[in-house]
Amino acid sequence: MEDSTKREAFQERIDKGETIEPKDFMPDRYRQQLIRMMSQHAHSEIVGMLPEGNWITRAPSLRRKLILLSKVQDEAGHGLYLYSATETLGASRQEVIDDLLNGRAKYSSIFNYPTLSWADVAVIGWLVDGAAIINQTMLARSSYGPYARAMVRICKEESFHKKQGYEMVAKMAEGTPEQQEMIQDAVNRWWWPTLMMFGPHDDDSPNSAELIKWGVKSKTNDELRQSFVDRHVQEAHTVGLEIPDPDLEYNEETGHWNFGEIDWDEFWKVVKGNGPMNRERLNARRKAHEEGEWVREAAEEYARKRKLRQEKVS
Amino acid sequence: MSTAADSITTQEARYEYLLRLADDRLILGHRLSEWCGHGPILEEDIALANMALDYIGHAASLYEYAAEIEGKERHRDDLVYFRNDVEFKNLKLVELPRGDFGFTMARQFLFSAFSYFLYEQLCEVEDEQLGGMAQKHWKEIKYHLRHSREWVLRLGDGTKESHRRIQDAFNEIWTYTGEMFYQDLVDELLQDEKLATDLNNFKADWEELVTSTLEEATLEVPDFDQFMAEGSRKGLHTEHLGHLLAEMQHLRRSYPDADWQ
Amino acid sequence: MSKDENLKSNNDDTQWPLWEVFTQPREGKPHEHAGSLHAPDAEMALENARDVYARRKEAVNIWVVPSEQIVASKGEDAGPFFDPADDKPYRHPQFYSVPRATKRRS
Repeated sequence: MEDSTKREAFQERIDKGETIEPKDFMPDRYRQQLIRMMSQHAHSEIVGMLPEGNWITRAPSLRRKLILLSKVQDEAGHGLYLYSATETLGASRQEVIDDLLNGRAKYSSIFNYPTLSWADVAVIGWLVDGAAIINQTMLARSSYGPYARAMVRICKEESFHKKQGYEMVAKMAEGTPEQQEMIQDAVNRWWWPTLMMFGPHDDDSPNSAELIKWGVKSKTNDELRQSFVDRHVQEAHTVGLEIPDPDLEYNEETGHWNFGEIDWDEFWKVVKGNGPMNRERLNARRKAHEEGEWVREAAEEYARKRKLRQEKVS
Repeated sequence: MSTAADSITTQEARYEYLLRLADDRLILGHRLSEWCGHGPILEEDIALANMALDYIGHAASLYEYAAEIEGKERHRDDLVYFRNDVEFKNLKLVELPRGDFGFTMARQFLFSAFSYFLYEQLCEVEDEQLGGMAQKHWKEIKYHLRHSREWVLRLGDGTKESHRRIQDAFNEIWTYTGEMFYQDLVDELLQDEKLATDLNNFKADWEELVTSTLEEATLEVPDFDQFMAEGSRKGLHTEHLGHLLAEMQHLRRSYPDADWQ
Repeated sequence: MSKDENLKSNNDDTQWPLWEVFTQPREGKPHEHAGSLHAPDAEMALENARDVYARRKEAVNIWVVPSEQIVASKGEDAGPFFDPADDKPYRHPQFYSVPRATKRRS
């Protein structure tokens, strides 16, 4: 259906670094890949509210409570921006949310792990948001305009997320023995799942090459993962925390940290729906959606009635 | 009126007065924060979190001031995390579980309307710090009132189901509204010194706003003269508060020596 | 961001209609497109816009417009639609040279 000259012209625009806008020509596959990627990203923000939200009512100081609540609220906002950006490609929010609730869509597996202690909130801010920022900084230069613009906005707001996380980590690492134990335990539990956030090795990542060709991504999974490790190992050592990886070693030649192999069995198990919290997370989303239905309907019905009344008056 | 209150000093009254204001806002903020991640639609999730942030923020300033007035070198967090149920002076209205969205909005509207008039008057008290706070927070309270009032109209005049749900909510919650206008020696003493406001000044305004809104929403207005619950300003609460505080305080109390910032 | 034509309008949609939000960052500045959101009507769209796009006090004024009311030029029009301006350099501020001090003030 699409003629090849159009496709070639599209690729030329990408190669020149031009931005693709919603009404521009784009190959179907580009559109589909973006819908998949952007809606997954949006779902991740929304499901990602749950593990941290779990601690809002128990935050140990008013300052921490306010920071955490506004952070989780930001995530709702980020999900909203991303759903809006996805809608410019012709996928309505209702459709993509249905896909999530029916288990057809994916979201970042990291949120299928439980937050068992307050230190998890700190470590999520530091590691999980740290990983997200590395990914999102790249996506802020993505070839699709609405995606890139949403990312710019998100990155701006998210710089405080990682900062507050690392501040908490540092504070706990120099705190009471119980706090130190708590924070190290959280790092031990979250380190490997965070490394998994960057996805499979480049050899096993079928979408990567295409997304790079189209200028959606500019770095591979392994490249992003390496820059995450380099940055966060340094930060861990600064505050005296250990990284739970016996193979971790600084490579003088490359200037990078070598690290051990990810447990890919665990990775695929969680991706396929059998992680520690997959069912609970989806159930929570479904419950909110179902319990909100009468509210959404009422607002629509009220708007309809009011419009009718206004039409009668005029 | 308790005899203990007879010997109350101005300082004690001011501390008590600030605690009542702060506790109302902290506990309501807590209930609103429970919605975060569970709202009926993304936009409303964000709106509910915004209100929760406002209330907890207002409470934080009030606690800080209360601790200063108390003069025992306590931190605002000590007041939040290390007081027991009977020391909390919030209304029963705000400690009730969040219920469904209709219940949450019915309560929100009733309390926001009350706060709207209260803060309007608090702007005028001869306590610079409290007056300044009231001025700062009034803008946000106005928005809470607008937002919750809009929802009362939508749910009342929406579908059959939403009408039933929010009518049920108002019927259930009505008995907890009387306490909003409870006053004792604490209030009277401070009113004499123009450090507090007389709640009777705006009781009629509040009733009128509530009545007109419910009528516009095609809802029945429950009887203002029905039996009204009482006791919370003296620390006599429903059983819900204990559970709320257990959740809110447990981490902080488990590690009393730890600094969480 | 203008909406794509093949955006489906679904009667069972329980996410409410889509609105575009324009915010004015400071007095005297023009409104800019901030993003979109869902709302059942204009009043709720305004309230939601405040919560979503101005929660860090990014705006002094907000406009909301139903997304379906936005009419956009097509990307393919970019050439012919905008070309006439190319030969009218006087329309662009760079066309004029002004003394340095004036420039700095503007």
